[in-house]
Amino acid sequence: MHFAVLQFPASNCDQDCVHAVRMLGHTAELVWHKDTSLGAASAVIIPGGFSYGDYLRCGAIARFSPVMQAVQRFAADGGMVLGICNGFQILCEAGLLPGALIRNRDLQFHCEQVFLQTANRATPFTRSIPEGRPLRIPIAHGEGCYFADDATLDRLQANRQILWQYCDQTGRLTDGSNPNGSVRNIAGIANEGFTVAGLMPHPDRASEALLGSSDGRWIFESMVAALAEGSKGGGVAAAQSLGAAELQSR
Amino acid sequence: MKAKIVITPKKAVLDPQGKTVQNALEHLGYQGVAGVHVGKYIEIDLQPGTDPAAARKALDEACHRFLSNPVIEDYRLEIAD
Repeated sequence: MHFAVLQFPASNCDQDCVHAVRMLGHTAELVWHKDTSLGAASAVIIPGGFSYGDYLRCGAIARFSPVMQAVQRFAADGGMVLGICNGFQILCEAGLLPGALIRNRDLQFHCEQVFLQTANRATPFTRSIPEGRPLRIPIAHGEGCYFADDATLDRLQANRQILWQYCDQTGRLTDGSNPNGSVRNIAGIANEGFTVAGLMPHPDRASEALLGSSDGRWIFESMVAALAEGSKGGGVAAAQSLGAAELQSR
Repeated sequence: MKAKIVITPKKAVLDPQGKTVQNALEHLGYQGVAGVHVGKYIEIDLQPGTDPAAARKALDEACHRFLSNPVIEDYRLEIAD
């Protein structure tokens, strides 16, 4: 599989994402924000950082960059897109994911390990995550408080689009384990078709034991497995075939 | 001619900055503060001779599409001399 990792002025996790993909034995290349093509990418990763200095709002300027117009077309065709941290903020600003990310409730920048409960394991972004154990993955953000109105949240919940929620190390969703005040402890979500997902924590910074945790690797492995399964039809086919498999297994 | 744009967090959105400023005002002894909302102010200089109605229409679109995020923010746009 071949991943396109976007690179904006002030992206700072672009190389980490490339490294995480290559460690899985797949290829990744950086795509500059002024490029209008994603090349032969099977999937896109929008990495963390502070694109365009976070000016105006995080992701507000990046969403209008030439490369994001290519991502819009890629996503409209059912291509798989993962946004991490600033990448999640960009996807929300671009309207590819619902809601917005606002200042952490305590106004502090949080750089720490958190635990994540995987709320839906039947998606192309979560299918390889083992059941029953929270993921230990770091966050590093000042504006990671997920917000959406109640109608949107109810829709996300009903469609099982909430993929990850902040929890304590035993997997309980507590207020104390919510580092930024996100509504319903939301750390990451997907679009309705489960082809676009975003999360504030950094799986790229938890993808090998040397980094203190390799739990993030399961997210990249999930994407690779889904792509392999739906390699002819892209992410939508992968999502749909996975949904069918999930139904059969019940 | 200038466009003056005030962007504020929506009432339903958590505004920790506003709350912190409110607490500080109370701490400093300023009485009667019922709420504080911290937003942004953007001033745009328009070229001389710009048609105010056309500028308002274009900037209203810019506010909705780019300068504010309607999910979390409200805006007020004023065209002034």
